[in-house]
Amino acid sequence: MTITTQENVNIKPDTKGGQNNKEGKKAKHVFEVSDLNLWYGSKQALYEVNMKVPENQVTAIIGPSGCGKSTYLKTLNRMVEMVPSVKTSGSIKYKGKEIFSESFGVEDLRTKVGMVFQKPNPFPKSIYDNVAYGPRIHGIKKKAQLDQIVEKSLRGAAIWDEVKDRLNEKAFGLSGGQQQRICIARALAIEPDVILMDEPTSALDPISTAKVEELVQELKKEYSIIIVTHNMQQAARISDKTAFFLNGDMIEFTDTDELFSNPSDKRTEDYITGRFG
Amino acid sequence: MQLINHQNIQKRSGGRVLLNKVFKVLFFLSTTVGLIFLSMLLYRVLTQGTGHLNWDFITNFPAPYPDKAGIFAGLIGSLMLMAIVAPITIIIGVGTAIYLEEYARKNRFTNFIQANIQNLAGVPSIVFGLLGLTFFVYLFQMGYTLIAGGLTMSLLVLPVIVVAAQEALRAVPNDVKEASYGMGASKWQTVLRVVLPAALPGILTGTILSLSRAIGETAPLIIVGAATAIYSIPDSLLSKYTVMPIQIYNWTGRPQEEWQLVAAAGIIVLLTVLLLMNAIAVWIRNKFQNRY
Ligand SMILES: Nc1ncnc2c1ncn2[C@@H]1O[C@H](COP(=O)(O)OP(=O)(O)OP(=O)(O)O)[C@@H](O)[C@H]1O
Ligand SMILES: [Mg+2]
Repeated sequence: MTITTQENVNIKPDTKGGQNNKEGKKAKHVFEVSDLNLWYGSKQALYEVNMKVPENQVTAIIGPSGCGKSTYLKTLNRMVEMVPSVKTSGSIKYKGKEIFSESFGVEDLRTKVGMVFQKPNPFPKSIYDNVAYGPRIHGIKKKAQLDQIVEKSLRGAAIWDEVKDRLNEKAFGLSGGQQQRICIARALAIEPDVILMDEPTSALDPISTAKVEELVQELKKEYSIIIVTHNMQQAARISDKTAFFLNGDMIEFTDTDELFSNPSDKRTEDYITGRFG
Repeated sequence: MQLINHQNIQKRSGGRVLLNKVFKVLFFLSTTVGLIFLSMLLYRVLTQGTGHLNWDFITNFPAPYPDKAGIFAGLIGSLMLMAIVAPITIIIGVGTAIYLEEYARKNRFTNFIQANIQNLAGVPSIVFGLLGLTFFVYLFQMGYTLIAGGLTMSLLVLPVIVVAAQEALRAVPNDVKEASYGMGASKWQTVLRVVLPAALPGILTGTILSLSRAIGETAPLIIVGAATAIYSIPDSLLSKYTVMPIQIYNWTGRPQEEWQLVAAAGIIVLLTVLLLMNAIAVWIRNKFQNRY
């Protein structure tokens, strides 16, 4: 697979953006993060993070273990607040709307910003019910409509052919890689705008990993994807932009090929050349 | 530099293996002690009781003659009592458990409640009997009725069910809850659609096991006035009633040898009901158990 090159992300035309944004053509960023700080109790985990996440692209987040990648990702859909001691400061705008504001309910945010977790975590339900879960909680009851959504999502996650004859079997009966793609299908089923992925391939074998990576390439046509990965080759292969985190600081955020070929910060260079982490 | 001396390890390994064997035997013996006493008990009850055990014994009311006496009133009384206790305790108990596990903030106050529920689960049953007497029998003027007995038993069982349900809820892995929240589900949707279905087998087994303990309770019911000899089955919540253990207790208290055999037959019926309940619990656990 070759590294995708993006000459200039800013002039890349949006495939779907714009129409649901008041500022019209300014819809090229899904998230604008400014001065984000985060604490677990008294321990600070993120320091003054600033980032503009582009729409319909793959943004990778790399960095050594414990540097705050997962924390950052979970802040974007406010899942991090499930830890009771968490406190944040700063601002995150999702398509111009402040996600920390009272008027933006977390349920609404998470309907727009879906998530795929590190470990495949299907529900102890059938494959069908797993994928139909999201639409159902958002009030879709008609069987025909659900059938359509399930098929579309499973196709979208490149797993339809493998499971179409066993939709009523438990999802636990699938391999880890298949389960992960079921989880991706489940996230697609509510048609979010953004998909957050936290090391989605770390529990998978190379073949399943390749399938998920291919899928990510496919998905970015319709979704904006932010992916945390430990694997720098993976970041280089699949992402358009890459952010390097270190000890809660965002050190560098730029085009992926730029970051890997010509890092502007010494610490980024040390990390990507394997000198630490 | 070698930090581990493999020769020493070799020398000591014989001892470790021996020690392991010693403990294995000790653990086996402790299990046997329990088994021996259980089988002695069963043997005694079965040899004494089977003579009196027949269909008449199950369908007869108490009688002044041993061979006419039956456990019908007690059996139906026990079952009706459970029919009151089960829905009350399941609804309130599971509700409490859900609140404590999923909704309540983890602070001093919830810790305090938590500790008290655990303490309540260990309070002697007779204390609940006194509570029931004060509240249901006198204060709410229910008298010595089935409903007063049922509510008293509910109080007794409730803490145990809360604790069992909490454990079942806690056993639901966090990552499936996260998956649900991650799709924009509300807390209630997550509880209803993900947490409860996954925890239900555990909750039901815990519930049935605590109910089967309650069905053998005597002391609190004597205090809230369950009858000892009764010649009709309850026809309303305000009827008089008796339960199997009280009936059995009454028979064992009589001087004639013959009544001991009747009591043994009663114990067999009680044990059968208990075993049935436990069997249902096991069946539910195996049938609906979720694999994670
Ligand atoms: N629930 C928590 N409570 C307290 N501290 C936490 C919690 N979760 C994470 N941390 C701390 O926050 C920091 C960042 O953790 P995070 O999980 O975001 O790292 P990460 O970059 O995702 O690491 P990895 O690559 O190992 O997944 C770490 O120092 C970690 O110890
Ligand atoms: Mg992580």
